Amino acid sequence: MKLVIAIIQPDKLEEVKEELYKAEVNLITASEVLGHGRQKGVTEIYRGAKETGNLLRKIRLEIAVNDDYVEPTVKAIVRGAKTGETGDGKIFILDLKECVRIRTEERGSTAIG
Amino acid sequence: MNSGDTAWVMMSAALVMLMTPGLAFFYGGMVRKKNVLSVLMQCFIILCLASVWWVLCGYSLAFAPGKGFWGGFAWAGLNGVGLEPYADYAGTIPHQAFMVFQGMFAIITPALIIGAFAERMKFAAFLAIILLWATFVYAPVCHWVWGIGGWLRSLGALDFAGGTVVHINAGIAALVTALIIGRRKNLDKAVPTPHNMPFVALGTALLWFGWFGFNAGSALGANGLAVNAFVVTNTAAAAAGLSWAVIEWIRVGKPTLFGVCSGAVAGLVAITPAAGFVGVVPAVIIGLLVSVFCYIAVTVIKPALGYDDSLDAFGVHCVGGIWGALATGLFASKAINAAGADGLFFGNPQLFLVQLSTVGVTIAYSAIATFAIYKAVDVIIGVRVSEKEESMGLDLTQHHEHAYTVLE
Repeated sequence: MKLVIAIIQPDKLEEVKEELYKAEVNLITASEVLGHGRQKGVTEIYRGAKETGNLLRKIRLEIAVNDDYVEPTVKAIVRGAKTGETGDGKIFILDLKECVRIRTEERGSTAIG
Repeated sequence: MNSGDTAWVMMSAALVMLMTPGLAFFYGGMVRKKNVLSVLMQCFIILCLASVWWVLCGYSLAFAPGKGFWGGFAWAGLNGVGLEPYADYAGTIPHQAFMVFQGMFAIITPALIIGAFAERMKFAAFLAIILLWATFVYAPVCHWVWGIGGWLRSLGALDFAGGTVVHINAGIAALVTALIIGRRKNLDKAVPTPHNMPFVALGTALLWFGWFGFNAGSALGANGLAVNAFVVTNTAAAAAGLSWAVIEWIRVGKPTLFGVCSGAVAGLVAITPAAGFVGVVPAVIIGLLVSVFCYIAVTVIKPALGYDDSLDAFGVHCVGGIWGALATGLFASKAINAAGADGLFFGNPQLFLVQLSTVGVTIAYSAIATFAIYKAVDVIIGVRVSEKEESMGLDLTQHHEHAYTVLE
């Protein structure tokens, strides 16, 4: 089991979701986060006071999948989120030790999907 | 000079002033949160820009006496517009009270168009378009309908508080702008939902409140006519809000707050030209029906034709305005206002035809002039933001600000 974490542009969320559904990955968690990589953030100005390098709004997706779903998931995220510009985001893939479905208390790969 | 009239018109001017910030919240709640400040900013800068433009030349262009294209520059800088009444417009209040009341209309009218191009226009281009539009579209149309020597006024067209001058005029400009600027990107994949419905409700409340000044103030006196306008304004807004809720209940299973707010504004639009000429039963009919027309415009016609009038400036203001202007031709009665005329249902088909031709002239002129202004600004400055700016949002890219913090 793996945990796929993706940081994407906010306006790419719908496209990524659509690609994930096509790849039959239906269970995702999304949250709003701030961050920047090479894109270096933006300058904001408040009553003349300049703030440089402010963090940009991003969406963080968390998707827990069985091993054979990792590649389809990653490819779906890339298809939905890629523009070729800086700021497209990152995907992190982590080993996932355990998963419990609260309703049934099932564990492991049956609980994940 | 009458102190009651003067007090009421000054108060009304203040009420109408509040409508533009009200519109800012009405529209601002509907856009995505990355663009909310851009909409508020556009409304507030129009309040500043059009106020200055109005006293320097706008009022003169719109209201100085003249039979031509517009009023000319005789009253530029308020030259000759003093504190004594000017009887041809309003005999019982200072001329400047009439001027400032009208100025508030000149502010909100261009602001209405924002709904059509929200979330994708460059700020500099926006300023240029608004200034040119106020000068070459609002001022002439205002002159034709309300100015001394204005040719539509001479035809006998009735527009109590601005159904044609304000709502049809801005609404058709909205449609033209939406058509040329094109759809927002990604529209089909990610349907933009209002980011803050409480703002939409707050904006609706401020608009409804301000509209008492807009319509009842247009009586230009504290008198029975003002009370009639006040009562029919509230009635039509209420009937239209109810009607929109019922339509949604039937069509989609649940009535929505957004629907009631949209309906109330549509009702206010529709009663605007009629407020000083119709009684309370026609106001109920005008309100109930306007929601039907506007609902069809925004949920059937807009998707079918594919134009992206982001916040339905055309669908509510132009469609509602046309219904209001025509309804004035149907329901107007001399029993309500002796200075008006009888409509079709009171035995005078002539008025309906005059109303119809006024609507036609306004639509044709506003559409052509708006198209020309847009194209000129597009060549010189470029109207639309880049794709990257559009996806980052106008708040950050046009104003270097954002509305909501995530951290702290």
